[in-house]
Amino acid sequence: MEQRSLGFSVFLYASALLLAVLILAPFAWLFIMSISSTTDLISKPLRWWPAQADWSRYRVLTDLTPNTHGAALMSALKNSVLVAAIATLAALAVSVPTGWALSRSRAVNWSLGLVIGTYMLPPVALAVPLYMGLAALDLLNTRFGLAVVYLTILAPFTAWLLKSGFDPIPRDIELAAAIDGARLDQTLRILILPLAAPVIGTAALFAYLLAWDEFFYALLFTSDQRAKTVTVAIADLAGGRVADYGLIATAGVIAALPPVLFGLLMQRTLISGLTTGSVKG
Amino acid sequence: MNGTLTPLRAWLLMLPLLVIMLSVIGWPFVDTLRLSFTDARLVGTGGEYVGLENYRRLFASDAFWRAFRITTVFAVVSVLLEMVLGVLVALLLFQDFRGRNILRALLILPWALPTVVNALLWRLIYNPEYGALNALLLQSGLMEEYRSWLGDPGSALAALIVADAWKNFPLVALISLAALHAVPQAIRAAAIVDGANAFARFRYVILPYLAGPLMVAMVLRTIEAFKVFDIIWVMTRGGPANSTRTLSILVYQEAFSFQRAGSGASLALIITLAVTLLAVAYVAMIRRAAGGKF
Repeated sequence: MEQRSLGFSVFLYASALLLAVLILAPFAWLFIMSISSTTDLISKPLRWWPAQADWSRYRVLTDLTPNTHGAALMSALKNSVLVAAIATLAALAVSVPTGWALSRSRAVNWSLGLVIGTYMLPPVALAVPLYMGLAALDLLNTRFGLAVVYLTILAPFTAWLLKSGFDPIPRDIELAAAIDGARLDQTLRILILPLAAPVIGTAALFAYLLAWDEFFYALLFTSDQRAKTVTVAIADLAGGRVADYGLIATAGVIAALPPVLFGLLMQRTLISGLTTGSVKG
Repeated sequence: MNGTLTPLRAWLLMLPLLVIMLSVIGWPFVDTLRLSFTDARLVGTGGEYVGLENYRRLFASDAFWRAFRITTVFAVVSVLLEMVLGVLVALLLFQDFRGRNILRALLILPWALPTVVNALLWRLIYNPEYGALNALLLQSGLMEEYRSWLGDPGSALAALIVADAWKNFPLVALISLAALHAVPQAIRAAAIVDGANAFARFRYVILPYLAGPLMVAMVLRTIEAFKVFDIIWVMTRGGPANSTRTLSILVYQEAFSFQRAGSGASLALIITLAVTLLAVAYVAMIRRAAGGKF
């Protein structure tokens, strides 16, 4: 490392500070809005810090009394948790064997391009027939129907991720197992799955976050509290007639909390997952 | 042997995924293709075959070309902004200074924030009456009076691009940072010993390592940006005066608001074609970056 001049050091720390503010300020403001009184939020000049912290909106939005904002948001959270969980589990169930086959067999390897290709398909290209199909099967506005649709996004993605995760696991151990008389399913279950557990965990995490974030299909295919996910509930609030901006901000904080906490806790896993694919090319 | 992966067994392992892909991706896609040649409504009548009528009308409509232009501007400008900002931030975080690891950890935050919450957050920041941006600019003397950032056709798209870039530059920064760490220490040291200045070192030592991963990130981000729907839907719904109506928003309106499934399908396929061309370019670029080994 070369010797750093004082000017460069100042520049470095100033840039670092600027970056920290750039990232944190919007988050901080969302949180401050959620605990500021309505008077503070609509005062001019704007008050940047609440005269007194007001946590009441968190109580309002977790209140389960029917037909309130709280009931709507909480049922949406529950729907999101369930839909994302069902879709993630189903996606892993089909993509673990697929990823392994793609990684090990030349005969099927060429279809990887097809799998990646479908992941890039714009949802609008499938939306109309999916809508008609779900309507015909009576699955519109159900969690199960939405989870099935999410498979279109999650399954190709996890198969792709798992394929690159299986690649570095040496084939020799599989060969040795085969020579010792292990059946294929035994090799996969007893040998490969434990070795690939971290990769499968990463894939599950990404899939869950992807499903949690999804909005387009949820907007189209759900219509009330039975299946509406949290992204749709947030969009309803943002575009609706709620006059209290603090309440909207509070809903934003609640909806963002699970993925943001996940992100912070699992950041090593996430960062290596996000970067390895493209760096290795 | 009992335990070897024969081609037949490999296909059997893939069978569940193939069935799913055929039924929830393949079939709807083919049906979209069929619908695009009909005048089908979303609910009710099956629709008559109308040949290329939907496509003809689409290419003749101003709304389509305007949405195409807006989508392109959104994709190109937001991705460029993310690239520049992402690389600069990566170069900064590659330096050795105190607090660097905390900053790296913070980068994951905007990425993890759900897109819809990001949209809501910026909608609040841009609020014409009570928004933080107006208050900040006015109180610091940079602006004379409050502006309606999202309500003015002249600034709405730019405001959306800023919101999108803020959420997505960390991804580019993380990818670039990983690429920087792949530059062999010896080469960097040699360049310094040989007296290369900072710019020359970036251009001839660092950039070659950065180019491949950056290209991948760029094309992936461009494809995502070209499909953009949620951030726009929550922040402006395509308004004001359709100044932020991208192609995906137009499909939504056509197929679901006006229930014209046929013409909505034809528009959706045009977007698919554009995204496919981008994806093909993407694969070609990776192949070239990998020296034809891929």
